[in-house]
Parts: sequence; C-alpha cells; structure tokens
Amino acid sequence: MSSPAKAEGSGPSVALEPELEPVPEPAKGETTLEGRSPGQLMWQRFKRDRTGVVCAATVILYFVIALAAPLLTKLSGTDPYTLYGQDPTYQDSPVLDDFGLPLGYFGGLSGSHWFGVEPQYGRDVFAMLVYGMRTSLFMAVGITVLMMVTGIVLGLIGGYFGGRTDYWIGRVTDFFLAFPQQLFFIAFMPVVTAFFVDPREETPTYLRAVAMLIVLWLLGWMGMARLVRSTVLSLREREFVEAAKVSGASPWRIVRKEILPNVVTPILVQFTYTLPSTILTIAFLSFAGVGFVEPTPDWGRLFANGAKYTEQDPAFLFFPGLALVIFVLAFNLLGDSVRDAFDPKSGR
Amino acid sequence: MLQFIIRRTVGAVVTLFLIGAVTFFLFVAAPSDYASLACGKDCSPQRLEDIRQALGLNLPITQQFWDFMSGIFVGRDFPTGHCTAPCLGQSFYSGEMVWSTIMDRFPTTLTLTAGGAVVFLVVGVGAGMIAAYRRGSVVDKVATSASMVLSSFQIYLLGPIVLWIFVYSTGWMENPGYVPITQDPWGWFVGMLLPTLVMATIFTAQYTRMARSSMIEQLAEEHVRTARAKGMSRKYVFFRYAWRGALIPIVTVLGIDLSSMLGGAVVTELTFSLQGIGRLAVDGAIHKDLPMTMGVMLFGAFFILIFNILTDIAYAWIDPRVRLS
Repeated sequence: MSSPAKAEGSGPSVALEPELEPVPEPAKGETTLEGRSPGQLMWQRFKRDRTGVVCAATVILYFVIALAAPLLTKLSGTDPYTLYGQDPTYQDSPVLDDFGLPLGYFGGLSGSHWFGVEPQYGRDVFAMLVYGMRTSLFMAVGITVLMMVTGIVLGLIGGYFGGRTDYWIGRVTDFFLAFPQQLFFIAFMPVVTAFFVDPREETPTYLRAVAMLIVLWLLGWMGMARLVRSTVLSLREREFVEAAKVSGASPWRIVRKEILPNVVTPILVQFTYTLPSTILTIAFLSFAGVGFVEPTPDWGRLFANGAKYTEQDPAFLFFPGLALVIFVLAFNLLGDSVRDAFDPKSGR
Repeated sequence: MLQFIIRRTVGAVVTLFLIGAVTFFLFVAAPSDYASLACGKDCSPQRLEDIRQALGLNLPITQQFWDFMSGIFVGRDFPTGHCTAPCLGQSFYSGEMVWSTIMDRFPTTLTLTAGGAVVFLVVGVGAGMIAAYRRGSVVDKVATSASMVLSSFQIYLLGPIVLWIFVYSTGWMENPGYVPITQDPWGWFVGMLLPTLVMATIFTAQYTRMARSSMIEQLAEEHVRTARAKGMSRKYVFFRYAWRGALIPIVTVLGIDLSSMLGGAVVTELTFSLQGIGRLAVDGAIHKDLPMTMGVMLFGAFFILIFNILTDIAYAWIDPRVRLS
C-alpha cells in the first residue's frame, strides 16, 4: 500500500528518479526544480509500463465494443433476439441441420454469422456476445461505483471520527462479512425481486437489473470501508491534518481537502481489482439461473447455455470464453500495473 | 486462549442468530406475500389459503420465527412427523426435513472442498514458493505466466472444456457423479476427480501468485537479511524463517475460501451437475423454498464464523508475536 509521504513530497522524488524525464540541463549557476503532482508522477511511471498500456488499451477496447454494440451488429446484419434457425423469414439460408445443430464448421461460422450460431434456436453468437458484454460491463460499472462510494463514505466517517461511531460501523461491517456471499446472492435475488413485482407476474428485465444491483451492493462495500478506514486512521494523526485543525478548518473541509486526496491511490487500485470481480459475479448470477433470463443477452447466460450445449456443440463456448479470458487477464494485469505505478516500491 | 475461544464462540452464536433473523424477516416480511411466492404464477385463492395453513403462515411472524429458532435446539413437530434437533424446518417444496437434506448433500461438497484444498495447497503454494526461491529463472517465468492465464479462466468455462475432452469426445471417463466413499472408494475417486481438479486448477493458479508475492515480500524483510548476514545459508533461511511469515496472508485467504466452499461450491456443482449444498441453495432460491434457503444460509454462515476463529488461532500459532486478545 502506498504511504501518504509520497503524495506530499513531489519535489524530492523527482530528484530520485532522474531517468523519468530528461531534466533540462540547468543553466550556469541556477537549478530548475519542477514540482509534479503525484498524479503526474503516476502517469509517467504508468506510461513506461508496456504491459500496463497494452492492457489498458484492451480494456478500453472492450468498453468501446460494448458501447458500440448496436453499431457492430448493424455491420454484421444480425441481432441477438432473432431465431435464425426457426424464423421462416430465414428459410432460404438455413443455419441449423435437422438435429438443431449448426451447419458448417466450428459452430456454424459464416459471413453473416461471424461467431457461429446457437444450436436449437440459431441465434447469432456475435450479436449475443456484444450485447451481453454491454449488459455486463455497464451494470458492473454502476454497481462498483455504488459499492465504492458507500465504502469510502463509511470508511471516512469511521476512520476520521473514531470512537463509538467507528466501533459500530466496524461491527456492522463484520456482520455483513459473516454472510455467505454466493449463497446470499442466490437466495436474495428472488426476494428482492418480490419487493418490486408481484411474483405471479413476469419480472421486467430492468427490475432484475435493479434487484441484482441491490443484492451485490449490500454485500460489496465492506472491503472498501475497511481499506479506507485503516488509511484514514493513519492519516488522522499526521501533522498536516493537525495543522489544518489548528488553523480552524471544519471537519468537512479537512476530510475533503486534506484526507481524501491521500486516499485516492488505494481507492483507484482497489477499483481496478473490484470491477472485473463484479463482472464475474454478475455472470455468476446469470449462470446460476437467478440473474438475467432468456431472452436478455448476457455474458453469464451464454456460459450457462454453453454448458448445456457442450456435448453436441463445444464450439459455441469458444468466442464468449476467449473474450472473457482475455478481458479478465487484461484487467488483472492492468490492476497490477496501476498498483506498481502508484507504488514503485512494490516489486512483483 | 480458552477465554479467547469462549468469547469468539459467543460472538459467533450471536452473529448466527442475527443472520438467521435477517434472512427470516427479509423473506417473510417482504411486501410480497410469502405464500404467493411459493404458490407461483397460476394460483387460486383457495390453494393460496391451503398453503398458508400448511406452512403455518397464519401465525404471527414473531411466533413463526420463535418456532424456527427454538426448533434448532429442541426439535419441532410437524403434521408429517417429528423433526429432531437440530431442526431447520421442513422444505416447502419437497416436504423433506431440511437438516437431513443438507446432511445428505454435504459429503459431495466436502469431497470437492477437501480434495481441492489438498491439490491447491500442495501444488499452488509449492509452485509459488519455488518460483519465489528461484526468482527470475525459467521455472519462475513459467509458473508466473501459467498462473496468470489460468487464474483468468472461470470454472464454468474450464469445466465444459475438460468435460468435452475427457468425457464427450474421447469417452475416457464417465460423466462425473458422486458415489459415497463407504460404498465404492474407487467410484468415489473417479467420479469426483474431474470436478475437483477443475476447481482446484483455478484456485491453484491464484495460490501460486499469492504464495510467490508473499514469499518475495518476506525475503525482503529485515529479519531475513539479518539471518543471512549472520552467515546462514539461503536455503536454511528460506525454509526456517521466511516461509512462516509468508503463510499469514495465505492462511487468511485459505480460511475465506474453505468456508465459502463448504457452504456450497455453487459453480462447480452446477457445471458438473453434482448434488451438493450449492445446488441446494440454487434450487431453494428458484423454488422460493424459505426453510431450505434459511438452512443453507445458516449452514454456510456457520462455516464462515468457525473458520474466522480458526484463522485467528492459526495466526497465533504461525507468529508467536500475535496475541489472542
């Protein structure tokens, strides 16, 4: 974990890393000392890390693909809902054989179905994948931000005010940590859904998303709260906070201006680790059958279907699986790079 | 030590009670009537009333909660028969006693957990330690990159691939399934081999990465340097001093992993169609089976709390400076 000391002394650390940037040769008799913010230092270190840059580009590419899903499917001329194998409109170009298995090689790859088709229904895998990524990625971003904000606020309050407030926030955190996470997610999806909609009626997709958001949020903020609390605890005793206090700054101002900037580093590092795990949790819910259901395109649902089709059509899983492995790999490596960029001492 | 265990046990019992209460009241007091949840989409008012009667949902909620909680200690009587303590109630869906169903399914999950743990502790931690010992060597590079890639895989992805290779396409193995070890030890081993190995592979990769980085951190510690400066050999320092400290983060994660696996290795069980605790939880949730869900939740929470205490005791055992207070 990075220490706040780095965040303060930007001047000397430049001198420590002369290779960082060619410092212009000081003119005769005068030295130029340039101050850099911790953010700038981090950015410079990150830029030199080739793995980190490639992974960041990959991750951004995924988000662009997710964002541009409607555009991409327009290019391929398919959509995630049409049953190309059953719809009579597409009778002229059959994609499935008599057993409901894709025609052609490797799960029915063709010019119109780039990643093949789903057995039985003949839905387009490419369209389902890009739309599924869209669902997963954007939900995950929303949920992760929500979890982070909750954790940061509770951690700041507990760490800064201490005493009884801190004690009770700590107990509540412990209590939430004692819940079996996976079981809780599975068990409470139907319950939370029931809060919004009569169980005898069909649940609209957006309500499923809201239910997932609530369930994941409830059990997702504790790690962040603990991290922020421990960082704030050590910051609280430092001279610059005391100085601010003595000069009459309000608690709100101290938290905002003195403490928060110093907690940004661990928060950012934690964020790059939490986001992929949230995506995997959403996929897990759909895989277990309590998340998104047919016909909403979702990454996790593709794997649930893939597991069903493995025996007849193993190729179905190839592209969704490859996309997931690359994505998680890139994100994990990116997390390590971000951590290293903030904290040059941490060797891997 | 004894005082520590007593205090933590009391805390664990209180937490279990609270978890039970939260689960129960969220389920029962949810604005949607619980009976209609259990009744499903096409439900006549008459059938709804019958269900309410049968489930005892006409009683006050506090009464229902008391019945449930006291049943754990003294047992309960149901119209269909007596349920001995520890009684977690009777399934709304199948009508079976929750506790006996859980005990029925538990061996599957236990096999997965224990078998997986042996593999990922021996292979994963071992590989990580060797990689740290020979840092920068070919062994290290292979271990690091292999674990990086493998830990990006998911069980629901690796599982079907392995099934296809070993079962569907080549027919080398039967479809995985659980056979009690007392009945047929060989069948038990073969039946659980693929699921256990697939689950263990993912965890092995994570433990390799963790063990390596934690060991490297330890080797940079001052007490290690002092020992080396005193003239002890690298090997001696490594195996006498450094690994002890490196165990602390591993034990922390191990406690969390084991407790969550024992409460149901959901993904592995679903991928390989095994009937374990995790499967029970999913079925309970899908059928809106309150007693079953409650039972599985409490069962899972029980392991989490037990392993929390065990982890703290392990800290004190690994590092004598840690005081249990």
